[in-house]
Amino acid sequence: MITTSFDRLEMAYDALADAIDRVGPEQEALFFAKLALTLAHRLDNASEVIACIEIALRDLDAGGQRSDGPGAVPDPS
Amino acid sequence: MRPAGRGPLQSLYFEYPTFDAPDVPEHSGASLNHRVAIVGAGPIGLTAALTLARHGIASVVLDAKTSFNDGSRAICIARSSMQILDRLGVAQPFLAKALGWLHGSTFYRGRVIYRLEMPHSAHDKFLPMYNLQQQYIEQYLHDAAVRDPLIEMRWASEVTDTRPDDQGVTLHVASTKGDYKLKVDYVLAADGARSGVRSQMGLRLKGENYEGRYVIADVRMQHDYPTERRALFEPKSNPGGTVLIHKQPDDIWRIDYQLRDDEDESVAVGEVEIRRRVGAIIAEIGHDKEWELEWWSIYKANTLCLDDYRHGRVIFVGDSAHIVPIFGVRGLNNGLADAYDIGWKLAYVLSGHANETLLDSYSPERRGATLDVFANATKSTRFMTPATRGLKLMRDAALSLSISHDFAKRFADPRQMTPYTYANSPLTLATSEDREFVAGPRSGAACINCNLASGGHLLDHAGIGFTALVFGEHLLTGALGDALYKLDPQITLLGIGPAGDLADTDRTIADAFDAKPGTVYLLRPDLHVAGRWRQFGIEQLITALKTCLGEPSI
Repeated sequence: MITTSFDRLEMAYDALADAIDRVGPEQEALFFAKLALTLAHRLDNASEVIACIEIALRDLDAGGQRSDGPGAVPDPS
Repeated sequence: MRPAGRGPLQSLYFEYPTFDAPDVPEHSGASLNHRVAIVGAGPIGLTAALTLARHGIASVVLDAKTSFNDGSRAICIARSSMQILDRLGVAQPFLAKALGWLHGSTFYRGRVIYRLEMPHSAHDKFLPMYNLQQQYIEQYLHDAAVRDPLIEMRWASEVTDTRPDDQGVTLHVASTKGDYKLKVDYVLAADGARSGVRSQMGLRLKGENYEGRYVIADVRMQHDYPTERRALFEPKSNPGGTVLIHKQPDDIWRIDYQLRDDEDESVAVGEVEIRRRVGAIIAEIGHDKEWELEWWSIYKANTLCLDDYRHGRVIFVGDSAHIVPIFGVRGLNNGLADAYDIGWKLAYVLSGHANETLLDSYSPERRGATLDVFANATKSTRFMTPATRGLKLMRDAALSLSISHDFAKRFADPRQMTPYTYANSPLTLATSEDREFVAGPRSGAACINCNLASGGHLLDHAGIGFTALVFGEHLLTGALGDALYKLDPQITLLGIGPAGDLADTDRTIADAFDAKPGTVYLLRPDLHVAGRWRQFGIEQLITALKTCLGEPSI
């Protein structure tokens, strides 16, 4: 079966959701730290890992509401 | 449900007619044998009746109610459904009233994170989606059914028992004018999610129930916003839950909101609570003027279906056969496709042009479509109403990443209705020929449309029966054509090329179908591709047509 890049990302999404449910909330943070370290090891590229950390750090609180809320009319694109 | 003081059919904008039970010959002891009884006068039952009538088959439509559906319910009509309505000659009032749309916006904590662009090309005759309240859908179909001498409406007539035997089916009908038995050759059960026929036959839907609950509410307000799908994740007005907003005609807005797991359902559907919650959402979308509450209901996501849609002479159509989550707008649309599929097949069998085995293809084709919906709906449901901590955390991660990064945006795609390809149908035999083509609809797929330079669209030229698109010189004349007409007297042989019915001088059609002189596409009455041949042979064409007429393949 042909899989797209999104299909593979979706498989990871499902596997992660399943793992979180198996781990339980107590061990969740440790699980994610171990997972990140393992992925960093496999990636073997410190600057890529640091760039990924920056991505994950962004928008954590979603920055509250913006002016273009769900009432703002979208661009007619 | 409606606000206190208003009855179930007291709408702010829709005048509900009242239908009485008719006087019928069965009341005076007559024992007529009808061809088809359709149980349920909703959109699916009426579409089945109109499809049968289009092929010359009479039907009796029974419904226990005395009017149309009490609420707006299913509101999204997909392009493929508008195509069916167009083929039935009833699209005009729908197009005049419905609001067409192409786009959607997904918001996370008030920010747009995803713009939904529905597939649409200049060759499409209809927009990807139209919003229209279900009672209008029923009204327009009913208007057409009443005009048709082949359709007999019997309102206020409840089917209380279904008794199949070797010759046909006997329905026990209770009406205000007296009870009677109705003898028919076939029954189409289009009596909805709580199908009486289904329980009378001792059948049960199987599948999964999801935990997520949604309130669906209609309000009337003068609100300035384009017709598109708005999905709000983690909005201020419904923390921990999702909100969907759709515009409908008559200044009616559909607001769906998810209930939290700990919420008591009986409190949630009380009018006071509905007004509080809906009011908060309306405030969040910036509407500060008045609004009126019209109607509301509660909904739970399920993926349930029958193991087999056909039980001898009793055939299940629409929600009686399958219940799907609302998020992909596939309940109504798949039901209409069910009705259109069984409609032509049953008509061909009853008119003697097809073998009864043709009906065996209904369940694999339409149940296949339902299982495909389940696969997609399961994914959209776990995103809309994540049932576990893991799914919720992953959903929030995807939404948070989507604010600044495109790679995660596709998780927010609602995976809406696309027509199902009957690739594994017993009627789709010539799939090996698909390898010869680099473009065009493949075997089993819904046929594409083409905007013609001469005006109109390609599929406007398709006939009521089968249609062969014959490219290049018209080779299906004389004895070849006669052989096909003998199998299907309603067949349309459409020559496409300089000397044909459609000149196609700019090769629009030929290019879209990757056709050369001698290429043939055989379309079924429902405009799915029965087979295609880059260089046709008459034997192959006749075999394919015979297969689609229920003749067992050799």
